[in-house]
Amino acid sequence: MSPAQGRESGVLLECAGLDKRFGGVLALAEVGFSIKHGEIYGLIGPNGAGKTTLFNTLTGIYACDAGGFRFAGEPLAGLRPDQIAARGIARTFQNIRLFGNLSALDNVMIGRHVRTRAGVFGAILRTRATLEEEAAIEKRAMELLGYVGIAARANDVARQLPYGDQRRLEIARALATEPKLLALDEPAAGMNATETMELRKLLERVRADGTTILLIEHDMRLVMGLCDRVLVLDYGRSIAEGPPREVQRDPRVVEAYLGGVVAGAPDA
Amino acid sequence: MNLFSHPRAKWIGVALIAIALIGLPFALSSVGTAWVRIANLAILFVFLSLGLNIVVGFAGLLDLGYIAFYAVGAYAYALLASPHFDLHLPFWVILPIGALVACLFGILLGTPTLKLRGDYLAIVTLGFGEIVRIFLNNLSQPINITNGPQGISRIDPFSFGSFSFSQNETIGGIMFSGPIKYYYILLALLLLAIVVNLRLQHSRIGRAWEAIREDEVAARAMGIDTTRIKLLAFAMGASFGGIAGGMFAAIQGFISPESFVLVESIMVLSMVVLGGMGNVWGVVLGAVLLSFVPELLRYTVEPLQKYIFGRSIIEPEVIRMLLFGLALVLMMLYRPAGLLPSAVRKRELAKDAE
Repeated sequence: MSPAQGRESGVLLECAGLDKRFGGVLALAEVGFSIKHGEIYGLIGPNGAGKTTLFNTLTGIYACDAGGFRFAGEPLAGLRPDQIAARGIARTFQNIRLFGNLSALDNVMIGRHVRTRAGVFGAILRTRATLEEEAAIEKRAMELLGYVGIAARANDVARQLPYGDQRRLEIARALATEPKLLALDEPAAGMNATETMELRKLLERVRADGTTILLIEHDMRLVMGLCDRVLVLDYGRSIAEGPPREVQRDPRVVEAYLGGVVAGAPDA
Repeated sequence: MNLFSHPRAKWIGVALIAIALIGLPFALSSVGTAWVRIANLAILFVFLSLGLNIVVGFAGLLDLGYIAFYAVGAYAYALLASPHFDLHLPFWVILPIGALVACLFGILLGTPTLKLRGDYLAIVTLGFGEIVRIFLNNLSQPINITNGPQGISRIDPFSFGSFSFSQNETIGGIMFSGPIKYYYILLALLLLAIVVNLRLQHSRIGRAWEAIREDEVAARAMGIDTTRIKLLAFAMGASFGGIAGGMFAAIQGFISPESFVLVESIMVLSMVVLGGMGNVWGVVLGAVLLSFVPELLRYTVEPLQKYIFGRSIIEPEVIRMLLFGLALVLMMLYRPAGLLPSAVRKRELAKDAE
């Protein structure tokens, strides 16, 4: 159950020589790293460093221009987002992308889509298998809402939930796909100190329950406290990797961050 | 679902509606057989609207060429049950074939176009509807398949052995005219269609459609194969259109490309939008209203003008269009999400207005 135990079981995601170009801009340049089973792996860097681009590449929204990545031993570069989700990478979005007009419960139930089978004929004929599956979907969705602590909000419209609860709902929806790797894009953005602390507890629990986490975050206290290792990106290149305490002292990292401030691109 | 949650009151309501629907054709035929035919056409349009509702209401894909599937179904029926090719298959064989052929056309249209969104998709589907009609108009040479603008006539009516739906018949002392017999079989098929619609909406597939409508990027990230699921909506909607087309061909006994013009697509879309996209009961209401009200006008406005002015000043057709425009403006102002909107759709529109 301990993280150390998980680490010994090997590499979950391995990324090598990843390039992503937008016109003349090299958004990612030879990015390489690996995430081990059971880790919480942080991804930090100044704004525009390519963190979200890396996320979009790993989840199939962008195709990479060079390099590739293996997930659980299988090369995934070039697959569609839904295929990647089916292989076990689930994500949240920096600017929350819930199904805003649906209930919280429906949002999580949609997350079960990829792990369930019922088709048109099952739906029309209401076969026993379909009814049982439908009941199981709802039960699991309710459990997940409870897991992230918003069970009482199940029937509320997602868009009308408080901000912190929307972030939690996005995590519940991602967990509904039964991911091996949960990729979170700034989950603490806009949260107050209490909410951030609760988020940290939640993420530690997710990891303890066996899901590896990849985390983009600007809240350095959260990153330092939570992550086993971090990767620092700057202008699309990885400039440092390692345990947070070491990375924090790395002169290149200090320069990237302070340089960023001087250049008028302060932390969001 | 909630139809059955409040036992007694709901059951009485359902029973009353059932009695009214069963008695309706007799009440209408006492006014005139034409009204039974109008009721039958109304049922066909409800059927069509339910099909289009899957595409537009559930999956959120704007389809302006929907009538093409109706045409495909109608021609499939006409070619397989008329003297044109001297084929006379029974209707219960042809209707599924029609649904299947229309479904294939749905996939044919969907496969290349579903990468498009919103307005672009609408334009392509509009073009598709026209292409199908023009093909039907011109496929009389070099081999005469559709008989061109003359259309196909003497199409077989529905029949079980010697029991034909087009003849009058007295059963148990009650006279059933052809249209009345059709009314019952259409009603039965319509109920089936409503059940299919409701069940699809509250299923895994229905949720996937909702997800795509709400946020396609998020839907894909959640593992929904959006292309496949959208194609499914197109195929399902097209199948509905195909079945309705087959029924139309059988009832009319004659079809020509003229019945499948763009205005008909717009009409069906109006029914869906007027009633309330995404809400099955709203769509039924919209289709019934838009089928009956113009006919009512036809029968009332002309005599009314004659009575008041002694002659007809404005053509009924013109008044119909005027009132249509007025209704459209009023709807946009007061009920933009339709007469009976679905809760989710209402929220979507409210958000857009913010």
